[in-house]
Amino acid sequence: MSAPRPLRDIAVVAFAQTDHLRTSDELSEVEMLMPVLHEVLAQTGLKTSDIGFTCSGSTDYLAGRAFSFTMALDGVGAWPPISESHVEMDGAWALYEAWTKLLTGEADTALVYAYGKSSPGSVRDVLTRQLDPYYVAPLWPDSIALAALQAQALIDAGDTDEPALAAVATRSRASAADNSHAQLRGSVPRGDYAVRPLRTGDCPPIGDGAAAVILAAGERARDLCERPAWIRGIDHRIEAHGLGVRDLTDSPSSRLAAERAGAFERPVDTAELHAPFTSQEVVLRKALRLDDSVDVNPSGGPLAANPIMAAGLIRIGEAAARIQRGDSDRALAHATSGPCLQQNLVAVLEGDPR
Amino acid sequence: MSKEPVAVVGIGQTKHVAARRDVSIAGLVREAAQRALADAELTWADIDAVVIGKAPDFFEGVMMPELYLADALGAVGKPMLRVHTAGSVGGSTALVASNLVAGRVHGTVLTLAYEKQSESNAMWGLSLPIPFQQPLLAGAGGFFAPHVRAYMRRTGAPDGVGSLVAYKDRRNALKNPYAHLHEHDITLEKVQASPMLWDPIRYSETCPSSDGACAMILTDRAGAARSPRPPAWMHGGAMRSEPTLFAGKDFVSPQAGKDCAADVYRQAGIADPRREIDAVEMYVPFSWYEPMWLENLGFAAEGEGWKLTESGVTELDGDLPVNMSGGVLSTNPIGASGMIRFAEAALQVRGQAGEHQVDGARRVLGHAYGGGSQFFSMWLVGATPPTS
Repeated sequence: MSAPRPLRDIAVVAFAQTDHLRTSDELSEVEMLMPVLHEVLAQTGLKTSDIGFTCSGSTDYLAGRAFSFTMALDGVGAWPPISESHVEMDGAWALYEAWTKLLTGEADTALVYAYGKSSPGSVRDVLTRQLDPYYVAPLWPDSIALAALQAQALIDAGDTDEPALAAVATRSRASAADNSHAQLRGSVPRGDYAVRPLRTGDCPPIGDGAAAVILAAGERARDLCERPAWIRGIDHRIEAHGLGVRDLTDSPSSRLAAERAGAFERPVDTAELHAPFTSQEVVLRKALRLDDSVDVNPSGGPLAANPIMAAGLIRIGEAAARIQRGDSDRALAHATSGPCLQQNLVAVLEGDPR
Repeated sequence: MSKEPVAVVGIGQTKHVAARRDVSIAGLVREAAQRALADAELTWADIDAVVIGKAPDFFEGVMMPELYLADALGAVGKPMLRVHTAGSVGGSTALVASNLVAGRVHGTVLTLAYEKQSESNAMWGLSLPIPFQQPLLAGAGGFFAPHVRAYMRRTGAPDGVGSLVAYKDRRNALKNPYAHLHEHDITLEKVQASPMLWDPIRYSETCPSSDGACAMILTDRAGAARSPRPPAWMHGGAMRSEPTLFAGKDFVSPQAGKDCAADVYRQAGIADPRREIDAVEMYVPFSWYEPMWLENLGFAAEGEGWKLTESGVTELDGDLPVNMSGGVLSTNPIGASGMIRFAEAALQVRGQAGEHQVDGARRVLGHAYGGGSQFFSMWLVGATPPTS
């Protein structure tokens, strides 16, 4: 199955993110988000009223109140009224919705943003509420325990071992040394076992953060950005929810999304993977056929900063920013949602030939 | 580069009730989806992607429930999107799904919205705790009643108009087998004598709390050509949002609603909605919102909407029938309510609305709103393909 060509050329033309912090007690979600929105608009010279479509990603379960996204909308400044939508998903899927809107030709520019504050609660417990409410959620299996099941399956299959997982953590946080937004940078101890075989060093930091991206179509993208990161393909797929019916050592949904996004047509030089746990990078490298020639998570990835609901969008933003800076010509960006990589999105971004 | 026309070829609803204790959340959504597939004479394998919507996750206590529902909706190995735009979500969800077809990303898409409100208490779920909202604001009615009062004061509408809307919608519901409330002994006097809940809104002028799901199959021209029954064609669709509160906000007739309708009419080539649109399924959770939205949507001049209601224009056999299905006043699984409006509009132009069918309905508007009268989504569907 070859990848379909999008109806229209659409690019990421601006990206901004917060400094991701363990806690941001003194800031509301809106206050955390506003500087990021201002920054992407400033990068392009656009005003809110110039934007054709706005789409965001966030979850009430982190905010602790219903309709939490309406507070953020007030901050965006939706007056005069704007064409706007929201997904209760990571911002990467908000970007996907915005991409489809631009494909229809009803808008030429889109503002996409996402945010999450994990600090007010126990995110390990909160994420258990995503699970099958009848058979699984009542057992409260937390996110680290589920990731540990996956890691153990990988070790049992001979796909990795604990030193290899530690090397993923070390490499990620060393890469993050140059990323001023990252939460965990440089040398981070492997730590004690959180849930065997995962140590604290194998787990992402818990933190608060926000990110925003601006998309533009065709010539508009070239007007707004010196080197737009063209979305050559983007696709997402979901797997069964029941862990018992999945092979946790593989990610067929990532592979299919990558295929549909055209990732396998030519090699990529960079990949930003939304693999919150070291073991999940092992799964994704295999599914996405990434060899050692590919620079994986040069930003440090989610092991360096993992603001839930924004971390996937940040992968797309980081990959686009590298293309815009000329550090990459063809990059893969990946986002995930659900337990043990249940749902995955893959985007392939390219710069114009130099 | 032109948009692909979008057709509705399958529609399915559950029988909406106060509590579906016989099914899980997965069972509820699957029931609606299977009915939509049966209507389109398609199977799960024909579906390229699933777009699902619902109101706040707290209503059922499941965070991002689409993850758990992937299996039940045949989404495994497919794209699945989850939309949440407050009360307008059912409409927004259909519009997001329509973009997948219009943008030629997918050929055939299942879109579905649901709420299983019996899992919690929606009124208190919507009453936000301090510090987010001041106390003593119980449920959505507490928020909207002052805006109804403002409408009455502004237009001089007589007190009884709200009761007329409720009486009409509850009678219409008797002709809709899927409606939640089937009050066979309803009389206008009973509506007028029902307890005052949020002055001026009486008990019988408010929406129920329902368990229910609604699904539609959207497809492209090729898919429509294979449809066993007449498709409904999308002639226009739009969303608009504005802030919750700001100086100068008009809660009675929000600008976002006007702008959204204007965008839909522009796409559909509608110059005079009152003459060119045959019927409307609009989001009326409290009776008085019918005359308010008639004005906001351009069916009546400002201050004149209540006269259409009072003179019977919006009755099932009137010149501009409104909420032929019984509307939100008779059925309200919150997250699904917007999609039910969109689906009922499509049923009308397909000629498949059964006992509540409007004869000769060719162009029908589906409307949804949410939040603090700030999120709007609408579509206009027709019996024939769009010409442009």
